[in-house]
Amino acid sequence: MKPAARAPTALWVPAALACALFLLPLVGLCWRTPWPQLGDHLASEAVVQALALSLECSAAAALLALLLGLPLAAWLAAGESRLHAAVRVLVTLPMVLPPVVAGVALLLAFGRNGLVGGPLEAWLGVAFPFTTAGVVLAEAWVAMPFFVLTVEGGLRALDPRYAAAAATLGAGPWRVFRTVTLPMLAPALRAGLLVAWARALGEFGATITFAGNLAGHTRTMPLAVYTALETSPEAAIVLSLLLVLVSAAVLFALRRQWFPAR
Amino acid sequence: MSLVADITLRRGALTVEAGFEVASGETVALLGPNGAGKTSCLHALAGLLRVDGGRIALDGRVLDGGPAGTFVPPEGRDVGVVFQDHLLFPRQSVLDNVAYGLRSRGKDRAAARAAARGWLERVGVAAGHHDAAPATLSGGQAQRVALARALAAAPRALLLDEPLAAVDASARIELRRELRRHLAGFAGPRILVAHDIEDALALADRLVVLEDGRLVQQGPLHELVERPGSRFVADLVGLNCYAGTCAGGEVDVGGARLSVPSTLSGDVLVTVHPRAVSLFRERPDGSPRNLWQAPVEAVEPLPGRARVRLGGPLPIVAEVTPASVTALGLAPGRTTWVAVKATELVVTPR
Repeated sequence: MKPAARAPTALWVPAALACALFLLPLVGLCWRTPWPQLGDHLASEAVVQALALSLECSAAAALLALLLGLPLAAWLAAGESRLHAAVRVLVTLPMVLPPVVAGVALLLAFGRNGLVGGPLEAWLGVAFPFTTAGVVLAEAWVAMPFFVLTVEGGLRALDPRYAAAAATLGAGPWRVFRTVTLPMLAPALRAGLLVAWARALGEFGATITFAGNLAGHTRTMPLAVYTALETSPEAAIVLSLLLVLVSAAVLFALRRQWFPAR
Repeated sequence: MSLVADITLRRGALTVEAGFEVASGETVALLGPNGAGKTSCLHALAGLLRVDGGRIALDGRVLDGGPAGTFVPPEGRDVGVVFQDHLLFPRQSVLDNVAYGLRSRGKDRAAARAAARGWLERVGVAAGHHDAAPATLSGGQAQRVALARALAAAPRALLLDEPLAAVDASARIELRRELRRHLAGFAGPRILVAHDIEDALALADRLVVLEDGRLVQQGPLHELVERPGSRFVADLVGLNCYAGTCAGGEVDVGGARLSVPSTLSGDVLVTVHPRAVSLFRERPDGSPRNLWQAPVEAVEPLPGRARVRLGGPLPIVAEVTPASVTALGLAPGRTTWVAVKATELVVTPR
């Protein structure tokens, strides 16, 4: 046990304010939830569909972030050149851009008449607009930077001497990466996956702009909330509550793995 | 069959230039003050650094031929390393750490683990620790595991970077004895970076001394004791050491003069063993050539003797019996007569 860092008690007042800021919107949601009709709303096909699509797409986006983002993070962590700096800016850009701008940009690149969208559809038969693949692409685009930066930070924090020790034991670069670097990187990988997944789950702007709002194909939970707000505010509240509960449940279930006790 | 190193390394402001050879079955200690370039040399031998000049060869095979030559990466060198803080892989069990080298060379898991068990037994790590995480080991146990891991990979040369530095004093003597036995059992060249003269003396056949990146002296211990090549070496072996100018059988050490049995002239290093320094309550009869009065600064009792530190223009350490301390009334603040026979002074040109 490390001794706890002491903070002046006066700090607890703004800290309590911060907690209230996070808590009050949730209380608001619960306050206006139509509890008697909750079951009917939750069982409706639209809700089940949107929830399933959200979970699928966010998981797929997190996986894509892992497969493409890990090599990118490894490359970023390995150098300090101008190219590295430029690529880091490029990777960070989606974190700063408004998602709706991301959606427009994605459309111009991967849309039917986009830069590579047309050829991709002609050669591979993959179309993004109004397809679930488009949702995954949009979510990965906004979520991957969180994964890449988290994992790059993790890689830079690793003691490179362990890899050196493995090399003196006869391990080539691949074996060192697989057996020494990756296991030591596991906490950063888990944290990166978690933030990427969370970002993907909440993605709205890029998805609706790029992939459209098509029930069963591209209408994820945030889009369903937005759609319901216009027709049935009660349904929107129920959907929002559901999204809060699902997110909180996942965070709670994984709390030990993602944030091990210090 | 040996390791031949001629190393030039540029590390920031420090340029390391050292050439030495280590025969199979011989242990050489690299000694020197902090920042002298010992660990950099070791890293160059292991292939973790590329030399900026020179050449490293093991058993006739060139491992590093300089900037324009061949370079064998660490995984292709068969050079085992025991790192200073062991660097056991934190996410693998003790057993898998030791099996790692064999697994890297393509041995299957069961065979590698069986061999690893054998090595752990040999270095004295009980089976109860084999499945433990390295973080749960004591410093001494971690050192044994690190040695087993390096030896299990069947290297042709073994490098050890301050192997006993991370071990507490109580375990050190026993571990040093064990390490000596394991080194003796390893057939190839053995190189050890030592910060501590005791480790070097206990483990090495020969010493290579680096200072500021330069090799200042190499040889067996008795040679270094007889003719220390620098102040660092003299301090290391516990001798009194003065830099001065020699002319006409006298050395001028910052104003104080010492009569020496030497006809050298120019800059010299004068050393004298503390046992050769005699202390007297009254001015002694006879004619010791070097005689002066000095204040006692400190008396340090050692087993069976005492070291008396004396101040004045020529600070010197004398070693006397505990009985003499009482008889001469040696205590800080007292003054005593100091005599050194000229023949006990060793003069080395600088």
